[in-house]
Amino acid sequence: MGATAHVDFIAAAYASAVIIIGALIAWVALDYRAQQHTLAELEKQGISRRSGPARSDRPVEQAKEDA
Amino acid sequence: MAVIDLANPTRFLTQVNRVLPWLTALTIVLFAFGLTRAMSAPDDYQQGATVKIMFLHVPAAWLSMMGWGVMSVAALGTLVWRHPLADVAGKAAAPIGAAFTFICLVTGSLWGRPTWGTYWVWDARLTSVLVLFLLYLGVLALYWTAEDPGRGSRAAAVLTLVGAVNIPIIKFSVDWWNTLHQGASVFRLGGSTIYPTILIPLFIMAAAFTLMFATLLLAAMRNEILRRRVRTLRLMQASAVN
Repeated sequence: MGATAHVDFIAAAYASAVIIIGALIAWVALDYRAQQHTLAELEKQGISRRSGPARSDRPVEQAKEDA
Repeated sequence: MAVIDLANPTRFLTQVNRVLPWLTALTIVLFAFGLTRAMSAPDDYQQGATVKIMFLHVPAAWLSMMGWGVMSVAALGTLVWRHPLADVAGKAAAPIGAAFTFICLVTGSLWGRPTWGTYWVWDARLTSVLVLFLLYLGVLALYWTAEDPGRGSRAAAVLTLVGAVNIPIIKFSVDWWNTLHQGASVFRLGGSTIYPTILIPLFIMAAAFTLMFATLLLAAMRNEILRRRVRTLRLMQASAVN
């Protein structure tokens, strides 16, 4: 078999791997952005974890008052 | 820093944020080197240029099994020690392992057509890898559709440990049954049957794929920890409103 024989199968294999890995990387990257964005939104609303470094229970009380 | 410190999700996130850029850069460099070596590797005397598909297919096959191995250890951590990071690792590894198994199946099929004359046969190796892919989908369904995340995680961990039986079946299927798929040619008693000009690029590509797996796993674990924080905050918000 010559070097160019079945080049279409080789190209299809590499293309499919690039597409699948590309989709995986994009999903992980977009998921990270989405989670960070949601966390920032929640903290902007005054909701933060009790173990968070700079916040206390006050934001929850604030949320109660807002409601 | 002691390894046990990584068991704390906040410390784990700090460490992941520190190492991810380096791991990403190393993965890209290793892929560039591996692909250069793979593309300049000589053709096989029987298979010709189609042997270049091996540089994708074999690392993807190894990682499809390694992914299930990671999930199995994580499943033990979830069920026995009930460690939250173990559950995070199991959930994060599942889609990555499924993607590598899919790559293995697709590239194997595209390699099989010019080599065997068919895209697919129901031989033991191909069928057991397809079963692995279906098991991955089953675990993902349990993680993603369970209304109670805790119950979903425990069910997924049990399925993972049951499915681990399939890993030695995949590995030894070519020895136990008469298969169209070739027997072991890299790791075998008596040494590899592959010539170094092809074997060395294969190992470099395998190292690059493994680094990519580790990078994606850490990034996906970071996402999962953040997702759980979002869930906790939403629950706090809901309880505050009520």
